[in-house]
Amino acid sequence: MHWIILPVVLPALLAPVIGFVMRHDITLARIASVAGTVLLLAIALGLAYMAADGTTHVYRLGNWPAPFGIVLVLDRLSALMVLLTSALALIVLIHAISTGWDARGRHFHALFQFQLMGICGAFLTGDIFNLFVFFEVLLIASYGLMIHSGGKDRMRAGLQYVVMNLAGSTLFLFALGTLYASTGTLNIADLALRVPEIPAEEAALVRVATILLMIVFAVKAALFPVQFWLPASYSNAPAPVAALFAIMTKVGAYAILRVHTTVFGPGSPGTEDLAGTWLFPAAIVTIAIGAFGVLGARRLMPLIAFSVVGSMGTLLVAVAVFSTTATTAALYYMVHSTFAAACLFLIADLVVTRRSGDALQPELPTRQNGLFAALFFAAAIAMAGMPPLSGFLGKLLVLDAIREPGLIGWAWSAILIGSLLTIIGFARAGSVLFWKSTAITVPDAEDGETEDSAASIQSPLATVGQVAPVMLALAVLGGLAIFAGPVSAYLDNTSAQLFDRAGYVEAVLSPVEER
Amino acid sequence: MGLGGTLLLLIAVMPFAGALLPGLMIRAGRNVCAISTAVPTFLALTMLVVLAPSVMQGDVVQAQIEWLPQLGLSASFFLDGLGLLFAGMILGVGLLITLYARFYLSGEDPMGQFYTYLLLFQGAMLGIVLSDNILLLLIFWELTSLSSFLLIGFWKHLPEGRQGARMALAVTGAGGLAMIGGMLILGNIVGSYNLTDILAAGDQIRASEWYLPALILILLGAFTKSAQFPFHFWLPHAMAAPTPVSAYLHSATMVKAGVFLLARMWPALAGTDAWFYIVSTTGLVTMVLGALIALFKDDLKALLAFSTVSHLGLLTMLLGFGTQAAAVAAVFHVINHLTFKAALFMTAGIVDHETHTRDIKRLGGLRHLMPITFLIGTAAALSMAGIPLFNGFLSKELMLEEASHTDWFGSAYAVPVMATIGALLSVAYSLRFISHVFLGPVRDDYPHKPHDPPFGMWAAPALLVAMVVIIGVAPFLAEGIVTAAANAVTGADLHPHLKIWHGFTPALWMSVIAVAGGIVLLLLHKPLDKLWIAAPRPEAKAIFDRLIAGLVSASRAITEIGHNGAISRYLAIFTASSVALGWVAYSSGGLSAPTRELLPVSPVIFVGWVMLIVATLSVVTMHHHRFRALVLIGIIGLSISAGFAYLSAPDLALTQISVETVTIMLLLLALHFMPKITPKESSAGLKLRDGVIALGAGGGVAALAYAFLLRDIETISDYHLANSYEGGGGTNVVNVILVDFRGYDTFGEIIVLGIAGLVIYAVMHALLDGPAARRLKNTDYSHDRSRDRHPMMMVVATRVMMPIAIVVGAYIFLRGHNQPGGGFVAGLVIAIALLMQYMASGFAWTQERQRMEYHTMIGLGVVIAGLTGVGSWLFGRPFLTSDFTYIHLPPIEEFEVATAMLFDLGVFLTVLGGVMLMLYSLSRIARFAGETVNVDPMDYDPADRITDEEER
Repeated sequence: MHWIILPVVLPALLAPVIGFVMRHDITLARIASVAGTVLLLAIALGLAYMAADGTTHVYRLGNWPAPFGIVLVLDRLSALMVLLTSALALIVLIHAISTGWDARGRHFHALFQFQLMGICGAFLTGDIFNLFVFFEVLLIASYGLMIHSGGKDRMRAGLQYVVMNLAGSTLFLFALGTLYASTGTLNIADLALRVPEIPAEEAALVRVATILLMIVFAVKAALFPVQFWLPASYSNAPAPVAALFAIMTKVGAYAILRVHTTVFGPGSPGTEDLAGTWLFPAAIVTIAIGAFGVLGARRLMPLIAFSVVGSMGTLLVAVAVFSTTATTAALYYMVHSTFAAACLFLIADLVVTRRSGDALQPELPTRQNGLFAALFFAAAIAMAGMPPLSGFLGKLLVLDAIREPGLIGWAWSAILIGSLLTIIGFARAGSVLFWKSTAITVPDAEDGETEDSAASIQSPLATVGQVAPVMLALAVLGGLAIFAGPVSAYLDNTSAQLFDRAGYVEAVLSPVEER
Repeated sequence: MGLGGTLLLLIAVMPFAGALLPGLMIRAGRNVCAISTAVPTFLALTMLVVLAPSVMQGDVVQAQIEWLPQLGLSASFFLDGLGLLFAGMILGVGLLITLYARFYLSGEDPMGQFYTYLLLFQGAMLGIVLSDNILLLLIFWELTSLSSFLLIGFWKHLPEGRQGARMALAVTGAGGLAMIGGMLILGNIVGSYNLTDILAAGDQIRASEWYLPALILILLGAFTKSAQFPFHFWLPHAMAAPTPVSAYLHSATMVKAGVFLLARMWPALAGTDAWFYIVSTTGLVTMVLGALIALFKDDLKALLAFSTVSHLGLLTMLLGFGTQAAAVAAVFHVINHLTFKAALFMTAGIVDHETHTRDIKRLGGLRHLMPITFLIGTAAALSMAGIPLFNGFLSKELMLEEASHTDWFGSAYAVPVMATIGALLSVAYSLRFISHVFLGPVRDDYPHKPHDPPFGMWAAPALLVAMVVIIGVAPFLAEGIVTAAANAVTGADLHPHLKIWHGFTPALWMSVIAVAGGIVLLLLHKPLDKLWIAAPRPEAKAIFDRLIAGLVSASRAITEIGHNGAISRYLAIFTASSVALGWVAYSSGGLSAPTRELLPVSPVIFVGWVMLIVATLSVVTMHHHRFRALVLIGIIGLSISAGFAYLSAPDLALTQISVETVTIMLLLLALHFMPKITPKESSAGLKLRDGVIALGAGGGVAALAYAFLLRDIETISDYHLANSYEGGGGTNVVNVILVDFRGYDTFGEIIVLGIAGLVIYAVMHALLDGPAARRLKNTDYSHDRSRDRHPMMMVVATRVMMPIAIVVGAYIFLRGHNQPGGGFVAGLVIAIALLMQYMASGFAWTQERQRMEYHTMIGLGVVIAGLTGVGSWLFGRPFLTSDFTYIHLPPIEEFEVATAMLFDLGVFLTVLGGVMLMLYSLSRIARFAGETVNVDPMDYDPADRITDEEER
């Protein structure tokens, strides 16, 4: 059963071939990249099917027994994340190709595949040091993608991105050192076995490791007070890359879910109080920052970036509760917000490249103004958490899952007021971009030239290939709402499995027959 | 779910299913478009009529589809009397509006879009009134906010349309969000989100400690939607929409949603003091205030809008009374208000359409020019005034009757007096509508010469007015539906009798006062109007705009304080919070006693330590001078390597030394293109801040290291030590960990290196294509260029060292598995050997003498490492499973062959390729910056020397 490692090995082998053999022919690179991503999606579907019966599949690299070698662990959660990644990747890739973004710099497809390898590796690993390695892979690849095609602002934002994340990586190493020094292992299952045995009166060091790891993951998840890098990075990245990055913040959230639930979560007397205590207020502030950012944005791309920050806040509020119901809600919201954010970036790209920039001020309407307006409206509805798309259900699930009296007031007011500000912010932006623009007439529309034809000189028509990815993302959001029942049944099982510490430990650490 | 249930589902789905139809059918013409809108509405209405008889008898039709059982959300619908009444209104008026809009909209308006929005809105409204699940109801509730946003902003080129739409969305959206909270609380109290369950659990809800928060939150939703004071201000601005929209939204649908919700939740929430005082007081204030403002509005639609506000207040007040009779009155008035208000809006639309103005002060005398419109408008307005024989009179009498015996904070007069004033004002503005628009002399300054519109346009209001009169004359005709609806609201079995004459009741006298007073007010309108205009009054829109503007600029301030782009600040916050949280986590847990003693400090170590500290401090003080800083960093690196060696980690030491060498060399090359001095940017305060944070972080790390160096812990490394030789075939456990136990990590790390090479290459290209290229070209680097670019001594020395270095590299590579070394170090050693060639003889000269492409080298490395891993699949083993064997080939000694070595080759190639690609990128930049290409290996080649003899 080598299926589990395919999401890592496939892009890892494809990327060098694309980068080094096909680097002179963009068409060839495109074909290979799309084929690889389609294949990845197929594999991910297969893995999700494999994991659906509730078995925790373990892949022992180098045939070494856990915890001594590295293991990959496929359970419902990791299968879900890989599936999410590959579906998003395909959508983003089609956009990047159809808009020609991939040809505006070198090595887009190689970096893209490496990026996928990094993300999938992070989701599949059962070893926390290996998680660090894949954080590095996805960081360096994402940096390459972020500064793809260059430009002054992009390079500057890229530098901030990489510096901030390298600082996070450094802290990761400190945290790992502390963790290893206090438990003697870095295998997640082994940690899940050993950390609960540490009593509170001897837990000082492992507590430091817990909190440092949380900060590391929080940097990735863009949680207050380490969210500062995100708005500038996402809004200056090439739009398809920003769309792909929708999954990157989820890597942080995933890591918190995995590590702070299975290892340090309920049942570990020394550490169980820590994560929730600090995560919750941070997430609340993050929601506020996102909402204020959306409302105050002067440009479209930062507006979307801030809405991503806000959605991460909502997601982590649910994570911070550390209960199965809340985790189900968090997972549903995670899937939803990934596609919603990506969809917004993609549609924004279509609009912004047809205008003089992403400043929120009226300009001559582009051709197909109505189409873009409709798509933006739909994506904004999803992001702001309004029906009929999945955002509303996600929000309801999160709100409903928070039952502790002490938390309800904060969480509900933050999420609901945050939603309101987000709605107002998006309404203002859309109104300026798509409505106010129609009031502008061409200053010198001479010779009976109509407004439309004058504008059309400037903006090219969007092709099917350019609109299709946005539509696909919207279709996913719609499907997520319609099939909310079956989806959350899967997610219910997923969170039950996540909280089943004993099952995880047993699956990973059970002795192997041969070596 | 029987036939009834299926029909009910179809009714709910029909508008959504048909919504795209008009958007497409507009291509076939405007009539087809309008018909395609009417068809789904008509079908739904027909099905409703089919269900009506049984519902009128008290049956409840239900339909349910599971949707999200985890949350308690199901797509369940039910149809009772109240639902029937509202659904009938929504669909019936929907049909009339469709007809009216067909003639109202001009050829330039995108009619298909309009009808699509209209159907979406209709579907959302239907959903609200048919939902049997409060979460489902919330979904439709928010959908009405969204679709009305689209409808109000339909004329998107007009600023009023956009602002009105945004205002409506903000206010009703806010209410909707509050309502989400309220509904969730309600569901938590009852343990179910099913409306039927909730309505049955009224006592439980009212007894709950969460009753008041739930009530307030839900009322916020209802009040914002139904434009109750102080949220009334959005409604008049929503009049910027095309008139058919206004007629629909503000008579039958949108604003009635709030009233519907109050009626729907009546059994669950009504009957407490809180309900009575909040709801009825709000309603009363809104009724009087709305009527007062309406009297002084000159815009026809604004007048009607405020009158709507007033009548919604009336309805809210009635429901707030909490009595069964009041509920009957409310239900009846819903019907009556719908008929006359929709007709009035359409009349206003006709007037606007024909005269091109809605300003009452520019109108008058239209009765001669538009007799049909006059008839329709007058009948409807008289009904609104509450004149007998029109239906408005009947429900107003019921309202006054209820008001006359309502006690408010112990006062028996407050409510009746206010209600009479409200009715009085209502008479005044209704009569003003008639007299200032239609009566008086014909004017000759209309913006457009008016006449009656075509039949299609006045058919709809005429039908509504017919109902106004029929119900007004024969109220018993409406008894059936009113009874059914009122029973659904109250949950009781009522048998109200609607009639015109109740005898000389207090209500009648209040009515008489209202009509007489209204006429007096109308006669006094001119002076009162002057007074009104002169009086200072708060302008709601200005306040709202200021509020939003304030919110936006506050948001901007908050956002921009934090996200100002200063990476130093981000890092400071990151580091400070890491230290602080780390400290909190540490101090809230206990620490076991140390198990180890401190070791004595040897003099060598002490000297090394001092060197390290001094070098570090020097970097801090001298970092502005970049070259010096680089040298100092080199010292630190070497000290650390020495430390590794001393602490029995030769592999680490070897790696550290080679990495150090390569990075310093590359940095030196890069430094050539950069300013040699960093400007001083930080103030003393900032330096202090950063210093404190740095000390905290450094101290924290040191404390951590100290804490765990003193404690023993059982680690998995013991297993590695035990199994390295037997299982991994190597005695160097570090190497076996790297290529075997944790080969997967190494696989990831070489990919990082490979990607880094690619990224640098890509960045270099981006740079050379961008504005940075110009700067590179225009900077003169010659002043800090050495006079001897390629000194002979260096060339010769590197040439001699080359083969030695390669042999050393090969040796390190081969022995890696058992002795310190391995592919990583070997790659670096070879890279250093090559680097020296490039530095000594120049890039071009060296490049010509080697054929390998660095891109390929990296790719090959990754692929070889990957394929080595994949190879184990062929033997049925997991990725990267290694195998080894011992081979004896005379005359050499027995030696080991391990697959790990192939993997290590991949590592080697990637490292080498990565470093060389970085060098290549640097040299590209150098050439771009004007570096000349050398063809000769050295500046002065002795072999080329022209000897004295030759010269001769």
